[in-house]
Amino acid sequence: MREVDLVPETTLLDALREHAGLTGTKKGCDRGQCGACTVLVNGRRVLSCLTLALMHGGDEVTTIEGLAGDEGLHPVQQAFVEHDAFQCGFCTSGQIVSAVGLLAEGRTLDAATIRERMSGNLCRCGAYPNIVAAIASVAERG
Amino acid sequence: MQPFTYHSVDSVAHARAALLEHPQAQVIAGGTTLLDLMKAGVERPDVVIDINRLPLAAIEVSPERVRIGALARNSDVADDATIAREFPVLVQAFAAGASGQLRNMATVGGNLLQRTRCPYFRDNISRCNKRVPGSGCDAREGYSRMHAVLGTSDACIATHPGDMAVALAALDAHVVVMREGGEVRFTFDGFYRLPESTPEDETALVRGDVIVAVDIAPSPLHRRSRYLKLRDRASYEFALVSAGACLDFADDGTIARSRLALGGVATVPWRARDAERMLDGAAPAIELFRRAADAAFTGAETTPHNAFKVELAKRAIVRVLSTLAEGTS
Repeated sequence: MREVDLVPETTLLDALREHAGLTGTKKGCDRGQCGACTVLVNGRRVLSCLTLALMHGGDEVTTIEGLAGDEGLHPVQQAFVEHDAFQCGFCTSGQIVSAVGLLAEGRTLDAATIRERMSGNLCRCGAYPNIVAAIASVAERG
Repeated sequence: MQPFTYHSVDSVAHARAALLEHPQAQVIAGGTTLLDLMKAGVERPDVVIDINRLPLAAIEVSPERVRIGALARNSDVADDATIAREFPVLVQAFAAGASGQLRNMATVGGNLLQRTRCPYFRDNISRCNKRVPGSGCDAREGYSRMHAVLGTSDACIATHPGDMAVALAALDAHVVVMREGGEVRFTFDGFYRLPESTPEDETALVRGDVIVAVDIAPSPLHRRSRYLKLRDRASYEFALVSAGACLDFADDGTIARSRLALGGVATVPWRARDAERMLDGAAPAIELFRRAADAAFTGAETTPHNAFKVELAKRAIVRVLSTLAEGTS
């Protein structure tokens, strides 16, 4: 546990990256358009660039750093490796965290639904086919 | 972002008091519009009032009305079984809006006050009567492909960008506001203001008002409803045009009642009442739907860039009405 001093205009994203030293969450557009900054707040995926850190007192925030456990990678992380679901890697933290949030939403996930529900995460390398395949493989395993 | 003071409030009365005490203060709920515009410098509140701790997130169902709390998140409303059964148009509008992350953040109350995506408003440089009253409108002579064709004025052609509000307009929803002396309920027509000569004045809200809920009446008309959105990308994009419609049929197969609201084409969530009058009492047919669609755009004022929206919207209207009418004749 660590305490940091924040000015009110600090977004959750900046608090994580600049104050907590958790740089796994990426700052892409910083305007809510790319999804690179996706984190889970109380298990729900949100954009950390469009919310203030001060709005989350008492909330549980999960970043990409918090997904892997003692037994290794999170199943979504493992699937991204197996399906080669990235190229440059910049959007990957947001893609994976968003996918973890999506899987927790409890929908039947066919490829079309995955594409629609992941549309808030852009990948400028265009790794979409493999991202969809990776998420589908985890969804199929239940 | 310009520095500000942060207040978190725990009652609507406290929120109202803070708004009245600080004339430049802004309320933050989901934050998805406000923080975006604060980063752009378009919004510069000296005080930000966080209302997320207010107990306004519930969806309350009674036979006469469904009350959706102002702090209900878009995704929570879209996933609610009662909403899905009673108001399909609303669920479809949410599903077509923004992204999974934004729907988890954006609130119903905040979504009503979503600001326009007009680039001349958002760039903080161009002349914009909405941002700087009296400064002029660079959109009129500028690139206006996304702009409105209905409800425009010399001062402003900015489009209301929302999906939820279009569905709520089709559902005859009421906006419930806490004001001095108690609750005030607005119809959508009473809530949203046409730009006319004061485009900065977008709603009937006055200083200190807090939106607490949206009310919708369950009815057979609202159960038979649908939303269609057409856009440049398959997902995560604002509407070029959208149509939300409700149709109720009499025993003889004629249309008993209709509701038609349009998005992407107007300065406010737009009720196409001329079209509704043509539909009510008539036998459903493609030709009728086409005439109703024509009626909806009789007063349209287009620019060279956005004239395509008229025909696109008419086809969207015909399609949404046809889909609702399938299986009745």
